[in-house]
Amino acid sequence: MASGAEVIRRAKDEIREVDPREVRDLSSNGAANGAVLVDVREQHEFDESHIPGAVHVPRGHLESRIEGAAPDRSQRVVLYCASGNRSALAAHTLQQLLGYEHAESMEGGITLWKDRGYDVEVPRALTADQRQRYSRHLLIPEIGLEGQMKLLDAKVLLLGAGGLGSPVALYLAAAGVGTLGIVDDDDVDLTNLQRQIAHTNDRVGTPKVDSAEQSIADINPDVEVVKYKTRLDAENIMEIIDGYDVIVDGADNFPTRYLLNDASVRLRIPVVSASILGFDGQLSVFAPYEGPCYRCLYPTPPPAELAPSCGANGVLGVLPGTMGMLQATEVIKLIVGVGEPLVGRLLLYEALSETFTELKVKRDPECPICSRDPDSISDEEMGQFPDYEAFCAG
Amino acid sequence: MRRWGSSPTTRPFAPGNAVSIVKIPPVLRSYTDGEREVSADGASVGDVLEGLAASHPDTRGQLFDEGGQLNRFVNVYLNDEDVRVLDGLQTAVGSDDTLVILPAMAGGSQTPAAAESAI
Repeated sequence: MASGAEVIRRAKDEIREVDPREVRDLSSNGAANGAVLVDVREQHEFDESHIPGAVHVPRGHLESRIEGAAPDRSQRVVLYCASGNRSALAAHTLQQLLGYEHAESMEGGITLWKDRGYDVEVPRALTADQRQRYSRHLLIPEIGLEGQMKLLDAKVLLLGAGGLGSPVALYLAAAGVGTLGIVDDDDVDLTNLQRQIAHTNDRVGTPKVDSAEQSIADINPDVEVVKYKTRLDAENIMEIIDGYDVIVDGADNFPTRYLLNDASVRLRIPVVSASILGFDGQLSVFAPYEGPCYRCLYPTPPPAELAPSCGANGVLGVLPGTMGMLQATEVIKLIVGVGEPLVGRLLLYEALSETFTELKVKRDPECPICSRDPDSISDEEMGQFPDYEAFCAG
Repeated sequence: MRRWGSSPTTRPFAPGNAVSIVKIPPVLRSYTDGEREVSADGASVGDVLEGLAASHPDTRGQLFDEGGQLNRFVNVYLNDEDVRVLDGLQTAVGSDDTLVILPAMAGGSQTPAAAESAI
């Protein structure tokens, strides 16, 4: 019976081995040559580092997966491993058993490649804990590893840790959104607990940003929370929202909504907007210059008697959960880049009749904000609207 | 009192041919006896809204400005289309159409209010 070393030696005798230099020249224009570079090592080895452009087909899955990487048996296939042994055996298999005409093995493997000082790609990878935590995301093809990485890299700003902000914060934290900014200058009040599920009985009286941070950490300690215990205003808004990928608007007043709209248009940051009252909710995504902005939909706010707040008129405790879940879903879709975001559409939800109604919203060519170059929007005009002073005085 | 608990009802406020459904937003329901939907007849958006205002007079000041035009802060949709991009109040209305009256809502998180400091 032949020894393992003899099997490897014989395999090498029967296949063509190529020098890393040749592979480097190939990989710089490999696609043009129609060659495929295949890394046959184990997953953890590939994750550690690999040759740029290489396809990963672990040797254990070679027979079942190679056709996905190299469907044409007449094309050139260069295999590599750590030192050149496993790839020689794999190339031998491709040649002898699967009929590949040009299956080759790179001498010395990636070890020699690195010794020569050639480039390697060090892919980012999930930790073992993260693989478990996000396993149900990884199983969805539309999200998968790439989408989860986008979520982990994402920065989402929540306007408020209240009715809408609470469920959004918790679910985005659970989903692995890497950075959650929270703007809220309020303290937890007993009347909040009917719906603001990020807060707890024992945290009544503490700042909402601190309470939300605690709840987020309890769910997913990987999430970085950036706290802004302040009111959003024209002085601080540009500084606060700059750098965020998506903003979640659940503000309870019109001046803030208009201010946010104008600033987000200036900085081209999409806003996932929801509002709630009683048993009814509204939802839309305002993606600057892709779809309408908040002012296209609502050029001017209603008078005070038509603009009651939840504090004055009440709200079903579950409703911000329903609308917040829809917001969180839209945020994830925007970050991962899947599906059809609710851009140019306004979704109305009526809890009592349990109906959803979708309305079309078009960009207003006369919009005082988004019809213009974003750089032309000045600090002074942000958040202004007709009758602003009368509105705010009221 | 069945203001919130009543099922969606359509209540013609004019005898004869009630045609369109008008969906009433929460903030206007106090002017429509709590009804979430009412029926109205009329060949145009303006006619239907006029019928609504005639039947529920308190809605008039919320819907129309002094010149009889639709208030800027009220959006009206014919089915899923904003009448502003159609023919406004002159937009023709058919018997199976639904009008949605939609003022902006701002309720949310009870947070960073900035009314006085947003100037």
